[in-house]
Amino acid sequence: MAHVAFFAIAAIAVASALGLILRPNAIHGALFLVVNLGSVAALYLTLGAEFLAAAQVIVYAGAIMVLFVFAIMVLIPGKEETGPDPRRGARLVAVPVGALLLLLLVIAVGGRWSGPRGPAGPSGSAGAVGRLLFTNYLFPFELTSVLLLAAMVGVLLLARRRA
Amino acid sequence: MVPESYYVVLSAVLFSIGVVGVVIRRNPLVIFMSIELMLNAANLALVAFGQRFGNLDGQAVVFFVMAVAAAEVAVGLAIIVTIFRVRRRLSVDDLSIMRW
Repeated sequence: MAHVAFFAIAAIAVASALGLILRPNAIHGALFLVVNLGSVAALYLTLGAEFLAAAQVIVYAGAIMVLFVFAIMVLIPGKEETGPDPRRGARLVAVPVGALLLLLLVIAVGGRWSGPRGPAGPSGSAGAVGRLLFTNYLFPFELTSVLLLAAMVGVLLLARRRA
Repeated sequence: MVPESYYVVLSAVLFSIGVVGVVIRRNPLVIFMSIELMLNAANLALVAFGQRFGNLDGQAVVFFVMAVAAAEVAVGLAIIVTIFRVRRRLSVDDLSIMRW
């Protein structure tokens, strides 16, 4: 049962990722990415990371994708990537190179993780993750707030209209 | 239960798709979304590793990656909007001014 659920979600994730990079229309790509992020959130749930699944939906599928869709609406008046590609040959090389990268990744990382699943990990509930963030990871957590502030100020500076 | 190696292999597949997307697309927004795809694949691997070792540190790292990704998207989209305002076109092939 767990296997069926995993393979179904994995198929959705891979198909939506392929849709993102193959569809010519950027807004379709954004919607495919939302599907992909949602399926990864479902995979977090199957791994017992409930807090991360909720954060994934709120932060990625909510906030970040709204930014993306907004930017696409503002920037692209109609069709994008029209006309023949002047570097088609160079870009087609990317496909075998990507396949080679996948092969290397699977050999390097995937192979040594085979075997039965380890003992059941701790629950990734909001309470447990929050306790960890506010004890062992308190300093990085505070640094994150500084980073977000810096990003906010930087975006305001970039978006300011120069008179 | 599904072994962790399945999650790691799925993460590798998603990461490779993201890499190919960065290379074959000309629209900087789609390239950006492919980068998000790669970040997401890395997050999935981190959660699977943390589950394997039986602690929550992997999930804490994923939380920080999400925060950094949010900041990165805000700054990156602002840069793309600024470039579009100056050049009126949106293709990475036009942006070769800093190449030697």
